[in-house]
Amino acid sequence: MKTLAFIEQRSNVIKKSSYETLRAARGIADALGAECIALLVGSGVREIGGTLGRYGASRVLVVDNPALAAHSGTAYAKAIATIAAAEGAELVFLPASQMGKDLAPRVAVKLKAGLASDCIALRVEQGTVIATRPVYAGKALLNVRVNSAVKVFTLRPNVFPATSTEANVAVQSASVAFSPEDFGAVVTKVEVAVGRPDVTEADIVVSGGRGMKAAEHFSLIESLAEILGAGVGASRAVVDAGWRPHDEQVGQTGKTVSPSLYVACGISGAVQHLAGMSSSKYIVAINKDKDAPIFQMANYGIVGDVFDILPELTAQLKEMLGK
Amino acid sequence: MKIAVCVNHVPDTETKVKIAPDGQSIDRTGINFMMAPYDEIAVEEALRMRDKFKGDVTVLSLGNEKHKETLRKALAMGVDKAIFVRDDNERDSYGVAVGLAAALKPLAPEVILFGKQSIDFDDAQVGTLVAEMLGMPSVSVAVKIEIQDGKAVCVREIEGGHEIVEIKLPAVFMAQKGLNDPRYPSLKGIMAAKSKPIEEQVAAPADRLVETLVMSKPPAKAAGRIVGTDKSAVPELIRLLHEEAKVI
Repeated sequence: MKTLAFIEQRSNVIKKSSYETLRAARGIADALGAECIALLVGSGVREIGGTLGRYGASRVLVVDNPALAAHSGTAYAKAIATIAAAEGAELVFLPASQMGKDLAPRVAVKLKAGLASDCIALRVEQGTVIATRPVYAGKALLNVRVNSAVKVFTLRPNVFPATSTEANVAVQSASVAFSPEDFGAVVTKVEVAVGRPDVTEADIVVSGGRGMKAAEHFSLIESLAEILGAGVGASRAVVDAGWRPHDEQVGQTGKTVSPSLYVACGISGAVQHLAGMSSSKYIVAINKDKDAPIFQMANYGIVGDVFDILPELTAQLKEMLGK
Repeated sequence: MKIAVCVNHVPDTETKVKIAPDGQSIDRTGINFMMAPYDEIAVEEALRMRDKFKGDVTVLSLGNEKHKETLRKALAMGVDKAIFVRDDNERDSYGVAVGLAAALKPLAPEVILFGKQSIDFDDAQVGTLVAEMLGMPSVSVAVKIEIQDGKAVCVREIEGGHEIVEIKLPAVFMAQKGLNDPRYPSLKGIMAAKSKPIEEQVAAPADRLVETLVMSKPPAKAAGRIVGTDKSAVPELIRLLHEEAKVI
């Protein structure tokens, strides 16, 4: 039996969520006595495949083709499905990143496979993978089993550990024939803001809500985020008010995050917001309303004025972290 | 231009989820259902495309009788035609996609719009599944769509930024918040929608590929500790984060 993990790279840098996916795939492979193949797709990516043995690959395959220099969802999906079919892989894993979520449904259709999206836990029971995935933005959890012969899973970033060990696995080339029709959608340009991590990938997220009172007060959130190397999040209320861009929104109609630390500032904790951040490992709430629902979720709370507490917190952390 | 938009009928975002006695679904008692928020954005985009390029918009929804309410809302917003694809049994995303793809195919749309995900099962699969089944390219998480000369240039949200995607028509697009601000149906629209016909079809059969074993509530977090009530609590908070939680 074989498992296959798709390794996402952007500008030929492997994403952390792919190491997490590979390590999780290896765990399942070990439980089933299966081989764990890592598949890297792109142009000039052969050189970066050398690290994948350390994250659990028992074999590394690379589809390296100049035609794949620009990302194309249609072509990449073909590459993954072609290799998975050629290898006879029964379990295919992708990160539930924006790229992985875009590719997985296509791969699943090509392999006549069922797809369990955005899984947060995997286990093997009587030779079958049982996946746990959040639904209703995390208000409930579903245990699912995929019943098709080939099964596809996407794994939520920041949830599975990316443990590395000393192991070196040689990189092998694999080839897939492409035709112009395979490039129905092509990425022509990537614009990534440098400096601040995205809330879905950040290890720490600092979020602000209506209690921040005005758009300009988010500089307090940004200062704290900068000291901590954190992502900046926002509640729906402040995004709807136009104070913050929608790509920072955390909650049911925004992003679902699972950082190690989530700092909620002036956020009361509407049910749809809590749904998006309740899987954070530690939650800190700063809010002047002691009855705010966010305190029911928080590990540590300060019932007080964000304008009093945030500058002090930032200043003391700055001193402590020597920044 | 022939435009199709697919919509889902889902519990309101304010819903507090309770698990039904079957242990596999939510208790629907007292829950308000509505058009999925991202689908509203998809409908709005469809209407704007029609106004710009002429043509017509057909809205489709697959599910039980209640889905007609969401189709009525789309009609009230201004779509031209509605198709109700009936299946009284819950389907997985694959099954929904099979049913919608079969209903979409004879319409031969140049553009098919979806919301980027429903807000119930959060699979974020159906749009891309349908695209693959119909042999079309797709853009998920689109925050801008510009159509010109048989292709579209889209802005797609990615981690920490955006990418520009060029895509050939016919194609599938999945709407993300930020693409537009959906209109509210006008009173006139609501009145007119009441008398517009809804075409009904039986959903094409599909196997269930993903089986639900059990639905549960996430483990409740015990309410934590209130560290203090003003900035004098900051040193203790930092100590806890550093020594107890070990997150900084």
